[in-house]
Order: sequence, then C-alpha cells, then structure tokens
Amino acid sequence: MSTLALAVRDTNTMLRRNLLHARRYPSLTLNLLLTPVMLLLLFVYIFGDVMSAGMSGGGADRADYIAYLVPGLLLMTIGSTVVGTAVSVSNDMTEGIIARFRSMAIHRGAVITGHVISSVLQSIVSVVLVGAVGVAIGFRSTDATALEWLAAFGLLTFFALALTWIAVGMGMVSPNAEAASNNALPLIFLPLISSTFVPIDAMPGWFQPIAEYQPFTPAIETLRGLLLGTEIGHNGWLAVAWCLVLTALGYRWSKAVYNRDAK
Amino acid sequence: MSNPAIAANGLRKSYGDKKVLDGIDLTVPEGTIFSLLGPNGAGKTTAVKILSTLITADAGEAHVGGHHLATDPQAVRAAIGVTGQFSAVDGLISGEENMLLMADLHHLSKAEGRRITAELLARFDLTEAAKKPASTYSGGMKRRLDIAMTLVGNPRIIFLDEPTTGLDPRSRHNMWQIIRELVTGGVTVFLTTQYLEEADQLADRIAVLHNGRIAAEGTAEELKRLVPGGHVRLRFTDPETYRSAATALTHATPDGEAQTLQIPSDGTQRELRAILDWLDAAGIEADELTVHTPDLDDVFFALTSTGNAIPDQTKENVR
Repeated sequence: MSTLALAVRDTNTMLRRNLLHARRYPSLTLNLLLTPVMLLLLFVYIFGDVMSAGMSGGGADRADYIAYLVPGLLLMTIGSTVVGTAVSVSNDMTEGIIARFRSMAIHRGAVITGHVISSVLQSIVSVVLVGAVGVAIGFRSTDATALEWLAAFGLLTFFALALTWIAVGMGMVSPNAEAASNNALPLIFLPLISSTFVPIDAMPGWFQPIAEYQPFTPAIETLRGLLLGTEIGHNGWLAVAWCLVLTALGYRWSKAVYNRDAK
Repeated sequence: MSNPAIAANGLRKSYGDKKVLDGIDLTVPEGTIFSLLGPNGAGKTTAVKILSTLITADAGEAHVGGHHLATDPQAVRAAIGVTGQFSAVDGLISGEENMLLMADLHHLSKAEGRRITAELLARFDLTEAAKKPASTYSGGMKRRLDIAMTLVGNPRIIFLDEPTTGLDPRSRHNMWQIIRELVTGGVTVFLTTQYLEEADQLADRIAVLHNGRIAAEGTAEELKRLVPGGHVRLRFTDPETYRSAATALTHATPDGEAQTLQIPSDGTQRELRAILDWLDAAGIEADELTVHTPDLDDVFFALTSTGNAIPDQTKENVR
C-alpha cells in the first residue's frame, strides 16, 4: 500500500473511532452547546430591549439585535465545541491506548488528523444546531447570495479548523481532562470580549484595539458582512490571516509535542 | 538459532541525572520466553519502551525481528505486539469494537477482521461481554482484551510489561496459560515481571535488572546455582530416632518442633552421596529426605541487595 493510501486509510479508521465516541456519548458535545444557546436566549429575551435600545442611537428593535447577535454566537459555538476536542485529545494522550497506537505500524499522523477532522465535522454540526435555534427565534439573512452563503460556510469551516489545531495542542500538553478543559477556556472567553454582543466602538477606548484585532472579531464582522450585507472592509483579510496563523501554529505545536518521546 | 528475535547492545537511557538504563545487552532467541526481572523502578518498563519504539535510547543499538530499531522503526512495529503496564484499551467503546479497530489498523478486510475478532474474543473468554463498553470490564477482563488486541495483527514478537500485576491468583494462572500457548505457536515473548515465581514458571531465560544494569542472566536453574543456601532436609516421625540423629549429626541444624534436621549442601550428586554414606554409617534412617536448592527469592535478594553482597544464610537456618 502506498504511503498516501495508508495515511488515508488509517486516518479514516481514527476518524470513525472519534465519531463513534461522539455518537456514543453525545452529552459532552451537547453540554458544550449549552453556553452559546443560553447566551443567545439570555441576550435576546432578557437583555434584548436594553441592548437594542443602546445600539444604533436607540432606533433598533429586538429583531435587529437577533441579527447582530447570531453571527458572533455561531463562531462562539466553534470555540466551545473545540473545548471538547482538547478534552478528548488529552484523554487519548494520557491513557495507555496512545502507546498502543504509537507501537503499531500505522501512519504516524493518523491519530491527530483523525481528531482534527472529527472536531471540524462536530463543529459544523454544532453551528448548524445553534444556527437552527437562531432561525427559530427570528434570525434571517439579508439578501445573501449563494456565493455569500458558500463563503460563510467556508469561513466557519476554516475557523473551526484553526481553533481545532490550537485545541489539539492544548489537549496534548494537558496532563488530564480537567486541565485540558481549563486550558481551552480562552476559546470560550475570547468571544465575550469581541464584537459578539456590542459593537467595538461602544467599548472603552483603551480596550478597543484588543477587541478589534483578536481572532474572533474579524471573523464575526466578515460573517455579518456575508449574511447581513454590512461592511466587511479589512476584516475579511484579517479573518483569513488569523485562520492561517492559528492553523500553522497549532499544527506545528501539536506535531512537536506528539513527536516527543512518550513519558 | 540463526537470527535472534531481539538483540540489544549497550542500551542506555537517562532522565535528567537519573540513569535508568546503564548499558544493557540482551539476546532473545526466536520462539522463547525471556523475562526481565526486577523490583519497581529498576528500568524494566524503560527497556520495553525502547525495544518497542516508544522512546529512543540515548546510546546503544538494537535489532528487533531483524530490523534496526533506530533506522527502521516502522518495520519493527510491524513485527511486534505490545501490551503495556497500563491498560491500552479504549474504554468508551465495546470490547468487540476495540478488536475491530485493531483489525482496521492492521488493514485486514472486513470479513477477516470479523473472523479474527470472533475467534480471539472466544479464545479469551470475552464473547459474552463483547458488546459491553470496555470501561465496565474487570481488571482481568481488561488484561485479556488487551492481549487479544495485541494478537490481532499476528505479531511474531510480543512484549508484555508486567502482564499479571494486580490480577487475582486465578486470573494470573489463566494469564500464564495464555502466555505458554503463545510460544507454542513460535512467537517470542519478552516479559517483564516483579514476581520471581512468574519468571520461574514461564521464562526460558531470565535477566535480573538492578540499578539499570543486568545483574545476572541465565535459566532459572543457572541463576539459583549462583547463590548458596541449598540443603538436605531430613524429617523424622519417631521422636526417639529424631533425638538420636540430632545428637549424632552435630553440624546439622535441628528443628525440634518439625522434627527435621537440615544439612548444608550444594545439591550436587557427589555431596548427596557423601551425606547418604555418612547417614548409613551412623545408622540413621530418616522417614523423608528432600534436597532444597535455593529458590529465585534467594537469588533475587542476593543480586539486588546493595553492593551485590551474597547474604549469609542465617535467615534460612532460623526458620
């Protein structure tokens, strides 16, 4: 069997194993979805009137705020789904099973690649589920073309891939599942200080650069632009650049840790 | 034996200042059971990890299954099966799914994978529990599943790192039977253990690992001959006979309660005959005569006590 065929076959086997875990124990994935869904409902139905009144000089209503909120929460959904990836990678790396995989004549990268693909697929399913909640409470895109929908889907997938690689690295260096879950917390925390809930210019001046250039905000603004027709500007390139950088960093980090001698 | 299954030369490994392996040489002929015996922390697991490609040695080289460990690790991996000290089963999926996962990773066809899975699950008495998550298995069942998974790819060389640690006596004897059956198929087994009895029961050759070095190597019999402590034991049923024998045999150690006498002996034919002649001459007739060679415990303590001093036999005599 050629190296490539071997890599594809082993990665596929590992992917099926991870998806089997996800199917057998859906509670972990579903629990992680609770955060974005709760925040969506909280900000729309509890804080919704105040939030929408505070935006656009008081002229906005709740429907406008739902539209503003959903893109950010979709990206937050990815952030919280990959926390589960960090936990499951850490579980794998700290149990005896990884020694078994390492001592078998299988494609070396298959263990990690299997986790990565499985995590991206789970992220997509999660985004669809949270998106469905958004649509159910009234989210509608404004005149998005098929191409824009495709670009939105591409952005979400690429963003999921980038965060997944970072989460894999976090899972690798964590001594146990609890530590992995704690280490991956910034991935849930960062969206809270992005433009998810309020526009950047409503924040204190000293904080604006932090909120504006962190990985989530450019992606959120780009997604808003694609789905709602708002101005994308430099955010499109920034979002792609962040995805590239995070993917490359996470990939190199994970690979370096994986190739270290077993403890 | 043309090609040894495992041949290692001068393996060294340190973690920081701590020398775990300090230059060990090993040769394991094909189709035999080799046991690496040592107390906790002696470096047994490190040796297994190096030979199974999990970690790299700081120095020295080794061939496993005829393949060079450093230059062709993937070929080594294709020849070996490893059951580590810590359970290497996926607890979240069932025993059967674990087996099928191994079959897939060995690139067996679906039908072949199912056949081997069913066969091995039956052989290791796991058919009934096949559909249950592996995390619900008992310690012995997990160990059996672990070995069954190792056997899926039909490896020629199997590493077992403390396969019976933590098992109850029945499971341990089952495991011994399993290991013996493996070798009848021509497989080579590299076994680590801290139990002397286990090495004695199973291994063709034993190496005693102490402070990162091989303190002694040989068959169980050869190792036992390394230390003194053998004796001939005479048992008497009649108190009268016992008393007169005890008076006559001044250099024997008497045990009044058990009515036995112990005469130091290295267990050779010559010395045994001398004792018998001497008993005849003294007109002493024991009801039972047994020859005791030192057991592996004696060897183990002799070799692994600080400075490798051979302890005196007071312990034996006081008993």
